[in-house]
Amino acid sequence: MVESHRLKISVRRSRSDRRRPKPRSDDAFFRVATGAVAAVIILLAAAIAFELVAHSRLSIEKFGFRFWTGKVWDPVSGEFGAFPFVWGTLYSSFLALLVASPVAIGIAVFISELAPGVLRRPLTFLTELLAAIPSIVYGLWGVFVLVPLVRRLETGMPESLRKLSLFSGPPVGVGMLAAAAILAIMVIPFSSAVAREVLRAVPASQREAAYALGATRFEAIRAVLYHGRTGVVGALLLGLGRALGETMAVTMVIGNNPRAALSLFAPQHTMAAVIANEFTEAADQLYLDALVEIGLVLFVVTLAVNALSRLLIWSLERRLRAIPAAAEPAAASTVEAA
Amino acid sequence: MSRSRRRRVVSALFAGACAASVLLALLPLAFILFYLLKRGVGALEWSFLFHNPKPVGEVGGGFANAIVGTLILIGLAGTFAVPVGVISGLYVAEYRGSRFASAVRFAADALNGVPSIVVGIFAYSIAVLPVRRFSAIAGGFALGVMMIPIIARTTEELVRLVPESFRDGALALGATRAKAAWSVVLPAALPGILTGILVALARIAGETAPLLFTAFGNRFFSTRLDQPIAALTVQIYTYAVSPYEDWHRQAWAGAFLLVVIVLVLSVIARLATRRLERMHG
Repeated sequence: MVESHRLKISVRRSRSDRRRPKPRSDDAFFRVATGAVAAVIILLAAAIAFELVAHSRLSIEKFGFRFWTGKVWDPVSGEFGAFPFVWGTLYSSFLALLVASPVAIGIAVFISELAPGVLRRPLTFLTELLAAIPSIVYGLWGVFVLVPLVRRLETGMPESLRKLSLFSGPPVGVGMLAAAAILAIMVIPFSSAVAREVLRAVPASQREAAYALGATRFEAIRAVLYHGRTGVVGALLLGLGRALGETMAVTMVIGNNPRAALSLFAPQHTMAAVIANEFTEAADQLYLDALVEIGLVLFVVTLAVNALSRLLIWSLERRLRAIPAAAEPAAASTVEAA
Repeated sequence: MSRSRRRRVVSALFAGACAASVLLALLPLAFILFYLLKRGVGALEWSFLFHNPKPVGEVGGGFANAIVGTLILIGLAGTFAVPVGVISGLYVAEYRGSRFASAVRFAADALNGVPSIVVGIFAYSIAVLPVRRFSAIAGGFALGVMMIPIIARTTEELVRLVPESFRDGALALGATRAKAAWSVVLPAALPGILTGILVALARIAGETAPLLFTAFGNRFFSTRLDQPIAALTVQIYTYAVSPYEDWHRQAWAGAFLLVVIVLVLSVIARLATRRLERMHG
């Protein structure tokens, strides 16, 4: 039975393609085997989502949405409100991006549009170096160098300004200002690297057209930035994704105080920082589940921000790829007409 | 007249602002490197490298346990992340365009953006909770999860750099697609894949957050995989937030050592990329 089956195949093969050495079944095997390994990546992403949901069920069921508006975080009495952490994460990321965005765009413009050729590689290398430094090193530097600096700035601030709610509170050094500053430093290299790629992808014809119309350098670059605006926004969002999830450097300088405040000087807390600080101390199941729920939301939010960022960059790339194809026939036809 | 002059002034100011933003970003870099050299090198002595921590409060001791611990954790992470990452990257590059390959790439990007602290929670629930014990295995697993997407994406990109003619040549000689991918395309992309692995190693070597509740840290020298293990990053953290002057000194030395490791890995990776570009560019 088996024998005859094999015979049939070999006969058919020799008739159709005499020289083919062996059947192509190992192609299928290769595809299935490597595909199975690749499936591990999908499995991991799904497993993270599943585990986070499974381990935060207690907290989700008990508090519902109240969890996110509650302002009191008191593990001893079993009261868990995550608002101070959400506030701290959003506020610190917002402040960091406020500073980092213009700087990141400035760096990208300088390296890709303005800098002389010899400076390009070293400057790229140096900004990449900034991205390579581990966050714990930023944290260490923050604790022993940045925080004392911020404290000096705070104590030196004139009394009239200290009355504003933005600068109220005792000048302790650790707090929102130090956290936002360190986040800004850490986010800049990521945003500027992507923004640089985006600017490089904008076709030279855009610049040439602007210069041909008599634009100054600034006006030409503005046109380039406008042309690549979706990609630039994507680059900044990528930085936001990093800022939201940053843990060690922030927890070391923000003061870890679960109290939402507008003041830049006030010690506050963030979502990632509270997980890092309290996870191993969480004595009861509800406490642990509340922390995992914070992690779950952090996961969902960063996922959404990163996806949006990628979508914007991708849509720009697709548009740019379409340009030369559309421009060439038009150019050819004008040549013919001439 | 005055209008064109104003336009030129604005343009010059803009160029100046761009240059200033480069300086603004490089200032902290110089500042950080300066402090690492000033406070780190001085504390980097024999006992730091080869001694274990002394009991709390006593002066002296070192980071030997943490250095060995970090090497073990990186090794554990690499043993399962490298094969998974390289093979997935090869799959996505070979079958790009297929729906499943796009799904894998999407998942890798998603995984890449997951905050490291969340990866820590995940590893805790998979590898710590069932056995009720912090362990080197759990720490290595957490770091491996972070490594996989980096390796997969760089492998994919670099396999795609290999000229189509390589594959065509192999197929024309009668090789199957698997044979062509495995013994022609992959070896051609090998320097690039090594680069991807180095980049991934450089990144996870500096991770702290995913280790806090997986590897946990250990004040004693341990090489056991089922026990809590020390890591450079975690030990720098505990030393930095401690009240002891001598521990602060050691934290700086640890940070210096960590940055040197990360930079060496990054520079080797960069050289390998450049070589690959020259080969195929």
